[in-house]
Amino acid sequence: MYRIMKYVMLDILKNKILLFYTLLLAILSWSVFSLEDNATKGLLTLLNMVLLTVPLIAVIFSAIYVYNCGEFIELLVSQPIKRTKIYISIFTGLSISLLLAFMVGAGIPILIFAFNVSGLHLIIAGIFSTMVFTALAFLSASLTRDKAKGLGIAILIWLFFALLFDGIILFLVFQFAEYPIEKMMIGISVLSPIDLSRILVLLELDVSAMMGYTGAIFKEFFGTFTGRLFTILLLILWTIIPFLIAMFRFRKKDL
Amino acid sequence: MKYKIFVWLFLLLGFSAIASGRQLLTGPFKQYPSIKQALNQSLAGDTVLVFAGTYKEGNIIIDKPIYFKGTGNPVIDGELKYEVLSVKSPNVIVEGFTIRNSGHGSLDDPGGIKVYASNNVIIQNNKIENNFFGIYIQYSKHCLIRNNYIISNATDEQLIGNGIHCWKSDSLQITSNEIQGHRDGIYFEFVTNSDIFMNHSKNNIRYGLHFMFSNNDSYVLNTFTGNGAGVAVMFTKNVKMFHNVFEQNWGDAAYGLLLKEISDSQIAGNKFISNTSGIYMEGTNRIIVTKNSFHQNGWGMRIQASCMDNIVTKNNFTANTFDITTNGSLVLNNFDGNYWDKYEGYDLNKDKKGDVPYHPISLFSVIVEMNPPAMLLYRSIIVSLLDKSEKLIPSLTPDLFRDNTPLMRAIEL
Repeated sequence: MYRIMKYVMLDILKNKILLFYTLLLAILSWSVFSLEDNATKGLLTLLNMVLLTVPLIAVIFSAIYVYNCGEFIELLVSQPIKRTKIYISIFTGLSISLLLAFMVGAGIPILIFAFNVSGLHLIIAGIFSTMVFTALAFLSASLTRDKAKGLGIAILIWLFFALLFDGIILFLVFQFAEYPIEKMMIGISVLSPIDLSRILVLLELDVSAMMGYTGAIFKEFFGTFTGRLFTILLLILWTIIPFLIAMFRFRKKDL
Repeated sequence: MKYKIFVWLFLLLGFSAIASGRQLLTGPFKQYPSIKQALNQSLAGDTVLVFAGTYKEGNIIIDKPIYFKGTGNPVIDGELKYEVLSVKSPNVIVEGFTIRNSGHGSLDDPGGIKVYASNNVIIQNNKIENNFFGIYIQYSKHCLIRNNYIISNATDEQLIGNGIHCWKSDSLQITSNEIQGHRDGIYFEFVTNSDIFMNHSKNNIRYGLHFMFSNNDSYVLNTFTGNGAGVAVMFTKNVKMFHNVFEQNWGDAAYGLLLKEISDSQIAGNKFISNTSGIYMEGTNRIIVTKNSFHQNGWGMRIQASCMDNIVTKNNFTANTFDITTNGSLVLNNFDGNYWDKYEGYDLNKDKKGDVPYHPISLFSVIVEMNPPAMLLYRSIIVSLLDKSEKLIPSLTPDLFRDNTPLMRAIEL
C-alpha cells in the first residue's frame, strides 16, 4: 500500500502542472502580502483563491489523473492486492501531493505574514477544499468510463458549489424574507463544502459584523468551539462520503 | 474655556478658605466615635476627618459647607437599606471614602452619594462600590466629580442604577472617573454647559454614556469599552465629542455611538474600533464628523435617510466589513475627502485624491440591510461578483452616495 502511494506521489510531484500550480499559489500569495500593507486584506484575497482556484485545480487535476492512471490501476488489479487498498493509496498519494503544493505555495506565506487565528483558519479551509474536491473528483471518475464526461461532471460539481449554490441560497433568502430563516440557513449552508470553509474564515475575519442579531445566531452556532469542531467534522464527512461511494463503485466495477 | 478655568480656580480658593476651620477627628478611639456625632458638632468651614474603620450609620446627611475627608480609606456602609451619603449643602468636599451597599428603590433613587440642589460640591478620590446609583447629582451647578472608582456587581438590570447620574444641572465637571457594571456609566438629562473628561466607562449593562436633552456639553478623551449598547446621544444640540475611544460594543442594538435627533454638533478625533456599528445616525442634522478613525467595525457608519446636512470628511475607514450603509436612496449629506481602504481608483494627476468617485455603499450591504440573514453569504464568490458589477453600473445602490475626492492615503491621526 505504501509503495503504491509512494509511486503515485513521486509520479505527481514530477508533474509539471503541479509544479506550475505551486508556483502560481506562491506568486499570488507572496505578491498579495507584499503589496498590501494590511495582512487582513491579503487574507481576504487569498480566501477568494482558496474558495475558487484551489477546488478547481484539485477537482480537475485529480479527475484527469484518475483517468490517466486507468492502465496502471488495471495492472495493479491483476496483482494480489485488494481493490480498496489500491484506491485508498491512490487517493492518499494524490491528496498528499496536492496538499503539499498548497502548503508550499500558500501555507508558508500565510504563516509568515499572517500568523494568527484567521490565518490558521484559512489554511484549514484550504486543506479541506483540496481534500473534499479530490474526493469529489474520484466520485465523478467513478460515475462514467468516458473521460470527457467525467471531467465535465467534475467541472459541473465545482461550478455548482462555487457559484450556483450561493446563488440559490441568495434567491431563497429573498423568497423567504418574511420568515425566521436563520436556522434554516445554517442547515442549508452545511450542504456545501465551499460554504463551510468560507464560514469558518468569515467568523474570524468579520467578527464585529457577525455579532449583530442575525450574525450572532450564526456566531453562536459556528463560532463556538463545538461549532467549529462540528464544521470540521462535516468537512471530513464531505471528504469521506464521496470517496467511499467512489470506492464502493470501483470495487464492483468491471474493468 | 479660560473663563471656566478661572471659575474653577476661584472655587478651589474658596474651598481652601473654608477648609481652614477646625478639625473634628472621627473614628474609633477618637474625639467622635461616629460620623453623625461629628457632623452634628461641626460648623460651616470645619474639616471632619474620618479615620479608617467601617461605619454603618444609616443615611448620613451633610447639611453644612464642610470638608468631609477620609484618611486611611474609611468605609461607609449603607447595609443595602439606606442612601449612604446625602449632600444637602453647597460648598462641600467629599474625599477619600469607600462608600458601599446603598439600598435600592425606584421611587427615591437612593445613591452612594447624592447631591440635592447644592452648588460647588466636590466629590473626589472615592471608591464607590455596589450601590444602586453611584453618584447622583440633581439641580446643582458647578460641581466637580473627579478620580472616583465606581463599580457595581449586581446582575439584575432593575437593581442597578447609573454610575454617575446627573439631572437638571449646569456646569458640571466629570473627570478621570472609572465606572463599570452599572446600568448607564454616565447619565445626563437636562444638564448643560458641562464637561466629561478622561473617564473610562466599561462593561456597563446599557450605555457607557447616555445623553438626553443636554445642550452645550462636551466630552473629551473618554474611553467606552464593551458596554451593552455603546454610547447614546439623543435629543441634544451643540455637543462636542473629541478624542474619545469607542470599542468592542457588540450586538445588534449596540453602537459605538448612537446619535438620535442631534444637531449642530462636532465629532472629531475619535476612534471607533471593533464595534458592530461605529456610528448610527437617525434624525441627525448639521453634524461635522472629521478626523475620526473607523477600524474593524461591522458597519463603520449607518446613516438613516432621516439625516441631513451632515458633513463626513477626513476620516479613515479601514478594515470595516461595511464602511457605510443607509436605508434609503435620498442623499442629503456630504462624504467627500475621506480615506477608504476599499477604494480601488487611481490618481493620475498626483494630487493625492482619487480621480474616480468612491461609492462607499456596496450592493451586498444594501442586501443585508434589507435581509439580514444574507450575511451568511458574505465573501462568497457570487456576492463578490454582484458587488463588482454593481460598482461598474450602480443600479440598486444610491448613485449620489459617493465620495468625489477620496484620499489615496490614510490621514495620520
